[in-house]
Amino acid sequence: MAQRHGVLGLLSVEGAPIFLVFVLILALFMWTSPGVFLAPSIYTTFLTIVPPLVLLATGLTFVIGAGEIDLCFPAILSFSGFIFAVLFKEYNLGWIAVIAGLASGVMVGFINGVLIAKVGIPSFIATLGTQFFWTGAASVLSGGKSYALRGAEESSVWQWIVGRPFASMSTVDWVQGLSIQALWTALIVGFLWLVLTRHRFGEHTLFIGDSNDVSRVVGIDVDREKIKIFTLMGALAGLASIILTLENKNFFGNQGQGYLMTAIAGVLIGGTSILGGRATIIGTVFGCFVIQILEPGLVAAGLTGSWVRTVQGFIFLVAIIFYMYVDEPQRRVNLLARLRSIPAFGGARASPTRASE
Amino acid sequence: MAPASSDFTSIVRLEGVQKYFGAVHALRDINLAIGRNEIVGLIGDNGAGKSTLIKVMTGVLQPSAGKVFIRDREIPPNYSVRKAHDLSIETVYQDKSLADKQPLWRNFFVGRQVTDRFGFIDIKREKELARNILLDVIGFRGVGITVDSTVSKLSGGERQGIAIGRAMHYNAELIVLDEPTAALGVAEVRKVVEFVRLIKNSGRACLYIEHNLAHVHEVADRMVVLDRGRVVAQISPKDMTVAELTEYLIALQHKG
Repeated sequence: MAQRHGVLGLLSVEGAPIFLVFVLILALFMWTSPGVFLAPSIYTTFLTIVPPLVLLATGLTFVIGAGEIDLCFPAILSFSGFIFAVLFKEYNLGWIAVIAGLASGVMVGFINGVLIAKVGIPSFIATLGTQFFWTGAASVLSGGKSYALRGAEESSVWQWIVGRPFASMSTVDWVQGLSIQALWTALIVGFLWLVLTRHRFGEHTLFIGDSNDVSRVVGIDVDREKIKIFTLMGALAGLASIILTLENKNFFGNQGQGYLMTAIAGVLIGGTSILGGRATIIGTVFGCFVIQILEPGLVAAGLTGSWVRTVQGFIFLVAIIFYMYVDEPQRRVNLLARLRSIPAFGGARASPTRASE
Repeated sequence: MAPASSDFTSIVRLEGVQKYFGAVHALRDINLAIGRNEIVGLIGDNGAGKSTLIKVMTGVLQPSAGKVFIRDREIPPNYSVRKAHDLSIETVYQDKSLADKQPLWRNFFVGRQVTDRFGFIDIKREKELARNILLDVIGFRGVGITVDSTVSKLSGGERQGIAIGRAMHYNAELIVLDEPTAALGVAEVRKVVEFVRLIKNSGRACLYIEHNLAHVHEVADRMVVLDRGRVVAQISPKDMTVAELTEYLIALQHKG
């Protein structure tokens, strides 16, 4: 009985604030564009588009939870996408192309992990470097070409990974459009939620994010776990790149562009702490939903596409401040103290002087 | 489970231990034994070698020369922190023993989780055990702390208590405390001193490293004075008052 209460309690807490925000934004869009948001087909489309972002952000939840950062995954979207596309199209390798695409993501992630854990480069710098390297490698190898995968929907690869299982079973438009990648993503993310909240690996991830020193003292092999975390990130980015390439039926060199900030924003809006030690996958999923729903919502409301980034950035900042105030009372106290101390110490006047020197 | 052999005289014994860091001779010919159920206070100025000495005892550092015995048996060459845990020696570091943002029950079991064979944690069981440690081993009752509280909600003294309780739960026979009262208020220090008594009363041994002479004097059975890498005196609290001990240590500083 006590445990049941605990599980329900956990569910009601984890990701609850961002879930509420998502519902509110959705309600707002239903009010501004009822024709679009009260019809089911927008949601079918949404479930087709959102999986790569959710997979990336889920991996990133582990990385940020461990107090690290990964800037390299957009390069994996390009590099693994290229490996997959070239083997799939030029060599007709089918499932082998899928395995090679995944393996290349795993390899890039593993190298990131080794650079960070064994060589000791801070993750921000290491993955900044590898992001340039692998984006460059993809563009050198592809010669800047894009690969159109025409006719891909005939293949079993397409059917299984991004197929429409109900296409022939139903006569209703939005049911026909339901995509199978939403199901795969839900299963993977659900499993990783279990791993983060109740597996040894997830616990180690959060302890490492809390403090590397404490983790070593309690007997965690910090280096090995970090390599595992970045390898997981690489694998998920590899899978995301395959889904993205198959769904678009096209590979192009900078298809990873635009995912870096949206994935990081999804994670942090969801309530994972940028300082590490606290992470929520449920929050991340709804964080991604919020980020992804803004585009059709704002465009349907009659705003131009340029507004999307502005609003995403605004929500991102509001969310960060919200979590600072609600979840970390100590930081709240510190912040308030600092705000109050500025006039007292004349700090507002002192800083321009310093800047002009 | 701790190896339950009962026929040994000292839990840890060092014989002629030397430790060099390059040209620096950090430990010089250390001979020291800690008996069963004995509270030994280790005192000495900064840089006297206190930390190095406990690191050699607990497997963090290897001695450059000399022998280390645990329960009268010489330690294996691959002695490590993990091995020390297996031999029921636990160390409580001043501020490196607990992760701030994690709940207490995770802090009790991290590194030694109760899991199924796939590595998934038995949360119900861990929380149950943690509750026992909290209530029965440490005696945290009615202070508003549960196993779900995060460490950041605890005071400094409570943190030391949790870390000591964890060590006791794992049947440690020797608990090494690295300056547990540093940066604590008076009331908090009282709690820590009570925890050290708890260690003594439960039949365990403790090596207690401390700057504050009054605290060591109060709980130790024996005080070992370290100066520039050497053991220069072993004093019983009965033979010297705190004031005399202070005088003695100051004199030691001014000597060559």
